[in-house]
Amino acid sequence: MNYAFKWSVLWSGQSGAWLLQGLITTLELSAVAWLIAVALGILSGALRTVPFRPLRWLATFYVEFFRNVPLLVWMFFWYFAVPPLLPRPAQDWVFNHGAEFWAGTAALGVYHGARMSEVIRSGIGAIPRTQFEASVAMGLTTFQAYRLVILPVALRLIVPPGTNESLNLLKNSSVALTISVAELTFQTRQIETYTAKAIEALTAGTLIYLVLCLSIATIMARVERAYAIPGLISRTQAG
Amino acid sequence: MAETAIRFSGVNKWFGKLHVLREINLAIGAGEVVVVCGPSGSGKSTLIRTVNGLERVQGGDVVVLGESIARRGVNLPALRTRVGMVFQSFNLFPHMTALENIMLAPMKVKRVARPEAEKLARALLERVGLREKAANYPANLSGGQQQRVAIARALAMQPRIMLFDEPTSALDPEMINEVLDVMTSLAREGMTMMCVTHEMGFARRVAHRVVFMDEGQVVEEGTPDEFFRAPKSDRGKQFLSKILTH
Ligand SMILES: Nc1ncnc2c1ncn2[C@@H]1O[C@H](COP(=O)(O)OP(=O)(O)O)[C@@H](O)[C@H]1O
Ligand SMILES: [Mg+2]
Repeated sequence: MNYAFKWSVLWSGQSGAWLLQGLITTLELSAVAWLIAVALGILSGALRTVPFRPLRWLATFYVEFFRNVPLLVWMFFWYFAVPPLLPRPAQDWVFNHGAEFWAGTAALGVYHGARMSEVIRSGIGAIPRTQFEASVAMGLTTFQAYRLVILPVALRLIVPPGTNESLNLLKNSSVALTISVAELTFQTRQIETYTAKAIEALTAGTLIYLVLCLSIATIMARVERAYAIPGLISRTQAG
Repeated sequence: MAETAIRFSGVNKWFGKLHVLREINLAIGAGEVVVVCGPSGSGKSTLIRTVNGLERVQGGDVVVLGESIARRGVNLPALRTRVGMVFQSFNLFPHMTALENIMLAPMKVKRVARPEAEKLARALLERVGLREKAANYPANLSGGQQQRVAIARALAMQPRIMLFDEPTSALDPEMINEVLDVMTSLAREGMTMMCVTHEMGFARRVAHRVVFMDEGQVVEEGTPDEFFRAPKSDRGKQFLSKILTH
């Protein structure tokens, strides 16, 4: 093996600044997309269980449509196909304000929203139907029953699979490099291009993703414990 | 009984091909306590659930406190605030304490301020004998205690009618009486009650009338004394001989 390691490429020149920029962009992209995904996931996941068929169909259509098209295709769709459909002033605004970023965010958000929807639906499915009946029997509306009873319980139940899906979103944010979003993987490739040191650059990128994912997993484990439903957590720990 | 609280007239309902309620006619007066009994699968739950619209009727009507529940555009949430329901499986909300379970509907439906809702909830807990359990989560209450909280929660909306669907069937025998005692005192205070139960002691002591159902029909009705001593129908006799030999 005659590859000469040169780890200093990571902190000499512009590498450090690029990695930091990439990290920040990855975090921004993932955070905004996560908010979109969670909002869409809760909305469509809940709608798929309501006692009103047209709403269930609408939510099912969204989930099946967005989940069954590759993320990469959604990236291209939002970047190349959507802007021309916008009115002229909106187009100008988008291209002056980081069109790649917003296209990437939208693609990531709606794609993972569809997947998040499945997670939330399964959480709602784990709650006995009689909880909903008890809620409406007291005079709560269907909306109130979901907001005050069904969703608060379901969200607590789905923290582990929800965390998993959130980490998938974070990792998939790297696909945005295909539409030139200067996120972490993009910057890693840039360091490699400038220094010809692929192993060092990729190692740095890998470690940053790893640290991010592990931190999120740790935080979410804390959240799970803090919001655990008394009685439910002890049962899972005992079992 | 002067005023009618619940009137079933010609009620029919199907689950697919299964004709679960067949032409039910029944009136329950204000302040009356009616016990509904009958074999499993005879339609008791379905019948009681039509009163607050958890099941829609497909023929006939149920008029509850003067409101038709079969009418298109009926305001079910408003009607349900006047009709409390207690389920076999308690159905307390697991992420809320006993107190919060009771405070929820008054605060969210009636917009009662938190301090008042809390005062009301504490008084109700006291009434069902669970003053010390206000801060307990459902998982940390026994079945009998959970069911008493569930009754308090239903009472928090100050309903005119209380519906009970086998409230003691999921309980260990030693907890049945604490729940029946609460129901008895409620009946003594003049609450209109429709109770699906096989607790014959409760029916004898508290009910004004017993309704016996089988295969989706009201087979007979009468005072507890009449029904338990000498049921008119053969199906009633059969049913009684079964539950009494248990
Ligand atoms: N949601 C439902 N869908 C289909 N069948 C049902 C449903 N609920 C009840 N049934 C059926 O209707 C019949 C009456 O049920 P139910 O009213 O629960 O009887 P009971 O309370 O007297 O035991 C039973 O045969 C039951 O299996
Ligand atoms: Mg039943």
